[in-house]
Amino acid sequence: MTPPSALAQTPPADSIEPRIVVEKLNAYFNDFHAIHDISVKIPDRRVTAVIGPSGCGKSTFLRCLNRMHELVVGARANGKVLVDGVDVYDRGVDPVRLRRHVGMVFQKPNPFPTMTIRENVLAGLTLNGVKVRDSEALVERTLTQVALWDEVKDKLDQSGMSLSGGQQQRLCIARVLAVEPSVILLDEPCSALDPIATARIEELFSELRERYTLVMVTHNMQQAARVSEYTAFFYMGDLIEFDATERIFTNPKETRTEDYVTGRFG
Amino acid sequence: MIEKAPPAASPSGTSTDTAPADSTPVGARPAGAPPGPGSRHTHLLVAAPGERARKLRSTMWLWLCGLSAVVVLIPLLSIFVYVVQKGAAGLSLSFFTELPKPVGETGGGMGNAVVGTLTLIAIASAIGLPVGILSGVYIAEVGRGKVADLVRFFAEVLSGVPSITVGVFVYALLVVPMKQFSAFAGGVSLAIIMIPTVTRTTEELLRMVPSHLREASLALGVPMWRTSLFVVLRTAAPGIATGVMLSVARIAGETAPLLFTAFNNRFMSTRLDQPIASLPVQILTYSTSPYEDWQQQAWTGALVLVVVILMLNVLARLGARSRIGAKR
Repeated sequence: MTPPSALAQTPPADSIEPRIVVEKLNAYFNDFHAIHDISVKIPDRRVTAVIGPSGCGKSTFLRCLNRMHELVVGARANGKVLVDGVDVYDRGVDPVRLRRHVGMVFQKPNPFPTMTIRENVLAGLTLNGVKVRDSEALVERTLTQVALWDEVKDKLDQSGMSLSGGQQQRLCIARVLAVEPSVILLDEPCSALDPIATARIEELFSELRERYTLVMVTHNMQQAARVSEYTAFFYMGDLIEFDATERIFTNPKETRTEDYVTGRFG
Repeated sequence: MIEKAPPAASPSGTSTDTAPADSTPVGARPAGAPPGPGSRHTHLLVAAPGERARKLRSTMWLWLCGLSAVVVLIPLLSIFVYVVQKGAAGLSLSFFTELPKPVGETGGGMGNAVVGTLTLIAIASAIGLPVGILSGVYIAEVGRGKVADLVRFFAEVLSGVPSITVGVFVYALLVVPMKQFSAFAGGVSLAIIMIPTVTRTTEELLRMVPSHLREASLALGVPMWRTSLFVVLRTAAPGIATGVMLSVARIAGETAPLLFTAFNNRFMSTRLDQPIASLPVQILTYSTSPYEDWQQQAWTGALVLVVVILMLNVLARLGARSRIGAKR
């Protein structure tokens, strides 16, 4: 976790090379206009938190970034999402290829129940028919990255469901890392976990941010304050404010942001 | 529903519950009522009016359910016991290896019918399983909405078509143009009977797979078709295997469609374009014959058929358990 002194020096978001540039993004569920004209630049290799009350569109926003949104029947989106300069909504972009580049971790840990721990780590590759050379090393490396190796190295052939909730979530993160994405989207990754498991996952994020761009939706404002360098506040489908996390929490420009982070509504 | 008293009992039950509390003035407690803060409150240790009847009804329903469960067991167990009693006498190695003898000669077996039934099951499964499972995947995963509803409706209607009708249909479709009965025609008719069951089982079990697994796979950059086959179908596989085995067990005993399609064969044959023997048809022929040793063989054939079906069921359950359960 970044010490407060370092936080105080967080440079403005647009001074850092962005990894994802969102321009006028709109998303719909049938007739319902879920998010309106979102434009934001998400900095490279930082943790960006997305906060806001339930139903404000923050998960929808996240799912638009790797085109998971359109999988829901009746859902569509328009606008631009540039990942490394390429618009993911361009006709030439295959959403399947995009999702290998922009991985996702879900609220509920969801290891594949038919697979062992080892198979779960390799799932993103084997399910795509990729023959993994030196899979042992890959399994060890990714499980070490998520600080799970020591706990599971003797039971790699057991079901992934035999692990605790926190371990399962770390396994799911390892599964994403094995595909070697550059961006990882986290949809309330700790809300199904107890505080100790949460602390371990948060610790993990502070290591992962050195190599990956993390975008995390969270209901937990303390978590956003602890983990992220930048924070986006969503309200009723609008992006109200996007700034360095400590400014959002100490000196926000918008009164609605202030009301929310101080708990006056939401 | 059960708690609601029958009409005759309910007026008296409710009136005794409420009437004294409403009619007696506060403080004037009826004699014998337990002390408490007002007569409205029933004492916990004293049986409330109607309580005995409620308990009686509860016990009655429990017994009724238990009795029905026993009634379910009786037919299967008695069939099994009866078939073993009658059929075991004729069991011998020669029953499985020898061919039927002409009338008047003793001995002989149903070797051709055993092989024939297995061949027919193999043909029907080779056609029916891929079609049934993939169409189930289509309904549950691909063609959501109107098209899926239509396919599901047709599958439902098809499963209600009498098997003899299927036999006549395949007779017209294959036997007449080919100018002979054949194992292939028999296999096709059994496949048609099998497909709707397999389709519906597959669909229902795929729907039970939680959607977050589907999302997990798609989010890893796995294409839809691979997700459907290798994640969703694989997760549902144990249940589907059980359903599939039950449908195989069902067609193994079908007789009517085979009379029009596979017909029968007195000789050993595995050729697809020739008539083929099968246990159900052989049992029918022998059991309706006037010869005692043929009738005995029919019983033995019935025993073999029941055992084959039982083994298929057991295999389905073992196969369902072995994959990941053993590793736990």
